[in-house]
Amino acid sequence: MSADASNPTSNPARNPVYRKRLRSHRIGIALSVLAMSIGLAVLTWILWTLLSKGFGGLSAAIFTQDTPAPGSDGGGLRNAIVGSLMMVGLSALISTPIGILAGVYLAEYGERNKFAQVTRFVTDIMLSAPSIVIGLFVYALYVAQVKHFSGWAGTIALSLIAVPVVVRTTDNMLHLVPTNLLEAAFALGAPRWKVATMVRLRAVKAGVITGVLLALARIAGETAPLLFTALNNQFFSANMNAPLANLPVVIYGFAMSPYDNWRDLAWGGALIVTFSVLLLNILSRTVFTQKTPN
Amino acid sequence: MAPEAAERHAAMTAMHSTMRTQRVQDFIFHKVTMLFAASVLLVLVGIIISLIVGAIPAFREFGPGFITSVEWDPVNDKYGALIAITGTLVTSFIALLIAFPVSFGIALFLTEICPIWLRRPMGTAVELLAGVPSIIYGMWGLFVFAPIFADYVQPVLKATLGHLPVIGKLFSGPMMGIGILTAGLILAVMIIPFISSVMRDVFEIVPAVLKESAYGLGCTKWEVVRKIVLPYTKTGVVGGVMLGLGRALGETMAVTFVIGNANTLSWSLFSAGNSISSTLANEFAEAANPLHVSSLFALALILFAITFIVLSAAKLMLAGMSRKEGVK
Repeated sequence: MSADASNPTSNPARNPVYRKRLRSHRIGIALSVLAMSIGLAVLTWILWTLLSKGFGGLSAAIFTQDTPAPGSDGGGLRNAIVGSLMMVGLSALISTPIGILAGVYLAEYGERNKFAQVTRFVTDIMLSAPSIVIGLFVYALYVAQVKHFSGWAGTIALSLIAVPVVVRTTDNMLHLVPTNLLEAAFALGAPRWKVATMVRLRAVKAGVITGVLLALARIAGETAPLLFTALNNQFFSANMNAPLANLPVVIYGFAMSPYDNWRDLAWGGALIVTFSVLLLNILSRTVFTQKTPN
Repeated sequence: MAPEAAERHAAMTAMHSTMRTQRVQDFIFHKVTMLFAASVLLVLVGIIISLIVGAIPAFREFGPGFITSVEWDPVNDKYGALIAITGTLVTSFIALLIAFPVSFGIALFLTEICPIWLRRPMGTAVELLAGVPSIIYGMWGLFVFAPIFADYVQPVLKATLGHLPVIGKLFSGPMMGIGILTAGLILAVMIIPFISSVMRDVFEIVPAVLKESAYGLGCTKWEVVRKIVLPYTKTGVVGGVMLGLGRALGETMAVTFVIGNANTLSWSLFSAGNSISSTLANEFAEAANPLHVSSLFALALILFAITFIVLSAAKLMLAGMSRKEGVK
């Protein structure tokens, strides 16, 4: 910006001000590329760690045998995998309808409406609220009342974490529907509930599925809220009213243990959990980008 | 004439009754969806009430001194929150200190430097960092990162920064690899994707005209970012940083793995400590004494209050930013 006025014919490459600006530009860009490389390097490092340490632990036994007793050899993670699938699956079944209906409310009636604005604000806060506090809440509300840990308690905790994700995505997606589509439906005499569910919601089906997949990805690896709700179970159990084994808590316990086979199982479990979560993340993106243009 | 009128009348009645049913259906639809939206609010109120109820015995016993006391002694039933609160705040602060410049660099790279065809895969890769579960960061931090950190990084920090007059104290003490500093570093990695994705979003709303004008005057890319993009998106950037802070404060599993879980307060960032969330994760399931349980609820209440305030501030700032997008 400040050309050398006393010597207008001078080569800009020799102008000290210009050179200083160029230098700070180059440093800035270099630091930015460095920051990006740090991000990518850490991701690669973590994934590499999981593959190199977890792949050894992966075998058929991990899916067919239950968690081993202290000191015994071998073992697998069957009970934990089944427990996790049950809790995450049930949470999805519970939180999807709640989240979608709440999201529909926010999108349909949420303009210039104090109640809806507050709800939207609270949803955003709950999205980032500490998950361990949710666990504590479910403990106080449910576990302390029935006086035992259970799969249901874990399911409730996970649902509470999943609902805000579904609400927010549904709300956002519904706002993408063009108004003239809705007006066309209204002009045909359709009542509001039909327009909202059969026209507006249907138009963004893929987006809503994205939200559910994101919610699944969010809760599949959650550990903290399960510590005081589902706890753990050394044996195979499908009883939702009793402590239920689940991958994150088993990984937590086994990783810190002194037994080699337990630590191997922990890394194998970590590999399974991480790649399921990342797969869900990528899947949610492809569902969304493939279906939205239509 | 007459039959036609009767026909019309019948049609009108039918239509009225259809409209009446539809009005009732719409009314029910409105109320039902509202009920589900209200359930989100209800959960928040429930959380606050249950935490307060749980925390009352502890506050009744220790008073406001609970927050300033460093004693946390389950054996003698004496509890104070200062160590945990300090641990939470210090680790989150370290995380921000590192995550802010790195996230800024990533957002700058993704919006201004990266070739268009690489933007999506690069952006996805950074966002995948946010998808990696907390417990995985913990395991990686404890078993892979901490040993390397203790062998190669901590000695260097001690030899250089450790000799400085005031902050030297922060980089002294035994080099175990785990501790407050490691927890802060792992947290930094965990919040980078959140901060950088908010920054990227707000950078993208800067009107192209503003940037092009600056380029037209001969600004370099760096100058455009520093003097046009950053001032324009100030509120949004701070909002994104606050959002990251909110995440860092409540992060549990990763911190529990690497912070060392010691109820000590030390000037050294190398030393082991405790955060609110790691104390909860370690002690809650085993706490038998009612006062112990209540003190843990009090800790959770403090954590929830801090995160609530930070996240509200973040949300308000980002809302201001999206209004700006509206008037553009």
